[in-house]
Amino acid sequence: MIKRSVKALPCRMRKVKSPRQIYLAKRRNDKLTVILLQIGVLAALIGLWELAAQLGWIDPFITSCPSRIVKTLGGIDAADLFRHIGYTLLECIVGFIVASAIGILIAVLLWRFNKFRRVAEPYIVVLNALPKIALGPIIIIMVGAGSQAIIMMTVLICVIVTIISVLNGFMSVDDGKIFLMRSMGASRFQILTKLIFPANVPALVNMLKINVGLAWVGTIMGEYLVSTAGLGYLIIYGSQVFKMDLVMASTVILCLLATAMYLGVAAVERFTKRRFHTD
Amino acid sequence: MALLALDHVDLIYQTEKNETEAVRDLDLTVDEGEFIALVGPSGCGKTTVLSMIAGLIPPTRGTVTVDGAPVRSKSGDVGYMLQRDNLFEWRTIENNVFLGLAVQKKLTPENRRYAIEMLDKYGLGEFRNAYPTELSGGMRQRAALIRTLAFKPKLLLLDEPFSAVDFQTRMTVCDDVYSIIKSEGKTALLVTHDISEAVSMADRIIVLTKRPATVKTIFKVDIDAPTPLKKRESPRFSEWFDRVWKEVSA
Repeated sequence: MIKRSVKALPCRMRKVKSPRQIYLAKRRNDKLTVILLQIGVLAALIGLWELAAQLGWIDPFITSCPSRIVKTLGGIDAADLFRHIGYTLLECIVGFIVASAIGILIAVLLWRFNKFRRVAEPYIVVLNALPKIALGPIIIIMVGAGSQAIIMMTVLICVIVTIISVLNGFMSVDDGKIFLMRSMGASRFQILTKLIFPANVPALVNMLKINVGLAWVGTIMGEYLVSTAGLGYLIIYGSQVFKMDLVMASTVILCLLATAMYLGVAAVERFTKRRFHTD
Repeated sequence: MALLALDHVDLIYQTEKNETEAVRDLDLTVDEGEFIALVGPSGCGKTTVLSMIAGLIPPTRGTVTVDGAPVRSKSGDVGYMLQRDNLFEWRTIENNVFLGLAVQKKLTPENRRYAIEMLDKYGLGEFRNAYPTELSGGMRQRAALIRTLAFKPKLLLLDEPFSAVDFQTRMTVCDDVYSIIKSEGKTALLVTHDISEAVSMADRIIVLTKRPATVKTIFKVDIDAPTPLKKRESPRFSEWFDRVWKEVSA
């Protein structure tokens, strides 16, 4: 009685994926491909470097090579290595924190006092243009050769950029919102804490990101100029006695430390995005 | 006694290039519970008048008094609602509504409850913990009004509060705001360039002259309808519109 077309019947069982599932699978695959390629590029570079050194294409005495870097790292007394890392890390972090704190404080004062801002403007412009490394000898004579000079150099390099970028953020807060706060009878301090700071959380985090990079520049520059310990010291010492393996090994450690610090700031950024609902 | 009184108010602006006489000999009184609209040619200094009433700009001469005392922005007597809602994106709707209370250090449990009740009453209860970006333009403007009402100002200043809302929702938001203000029994002073808005909302319309601004005419609008939308439907609406329009543009 009932006619059924044979063709219309499903001849095989097949899982049919929804467009959403297909999209998500593609996204996962793309992500995985990028990560694998990133690792692949690194592995290829290291492999090529080692190969070129082994086959005599390049002179490992000048360029060093991965196996010699590993051997050098293994050869250094661990306690000694950690002492050098400790010095550099401490100088960098102290410089970073002090510069960020002082920079924000000065930016607040410049925001609060119009006249102060107008007076300070040319000084900030000149200090920003000046290569801070030129002040190295003056710093060494003033505060003495040692970690304090290196921290000072780090602070000098970071602080001006901090002031400029933070003040810029403060000044660009919507006038309508400031007017609203004033109409409610808010004091300058309330406007600062309830509006200016929260509105500038993304700008402040950005400033921290820039400072991570600059703090490393300041610390290593400082150590080149004056130091008896630290990774910058190891690099300079290595190049002077022509131990390129030591130079390269120190540079690799520096890379790892800078990455770790950047990841730390990135974690702060994720936290503030959740907390302040920006983005 | 009038809730708000401007007595022979002059305002002269000083800038580097020149001085501008923005307001001259302005006399104005508003009684409790009234809804007043301030209209005038564009650039006549309507917003400046509101800033003086809010206590943000001191008049050059004359006095501005609220409830008999010279106005101060710190007193919390005057609530200001702006063109844009200016909700803080990093605060939830509830915390936005608490802003004025926090600024004026009046964040007591009763005041919190009062603000939350208003959110519930005017259809924003379920959005208490939402962020401003999750709300429509009309809802955001309602939240901005509740933020202003939360600290119980004696007088409400509305500076073209609907001009940033898109046209379709403007009329309903206008109705919303009007009914909230009326049911809370507030006194309001609306500044607008939209004459139909003024006619549909106000008990009295005050027409200002071009700069220096002073009172030109005062109309007592007598369209008998409960809401702005109903007033717009009244046959007398267009008649009133014409009268006010002629006065503004003459």
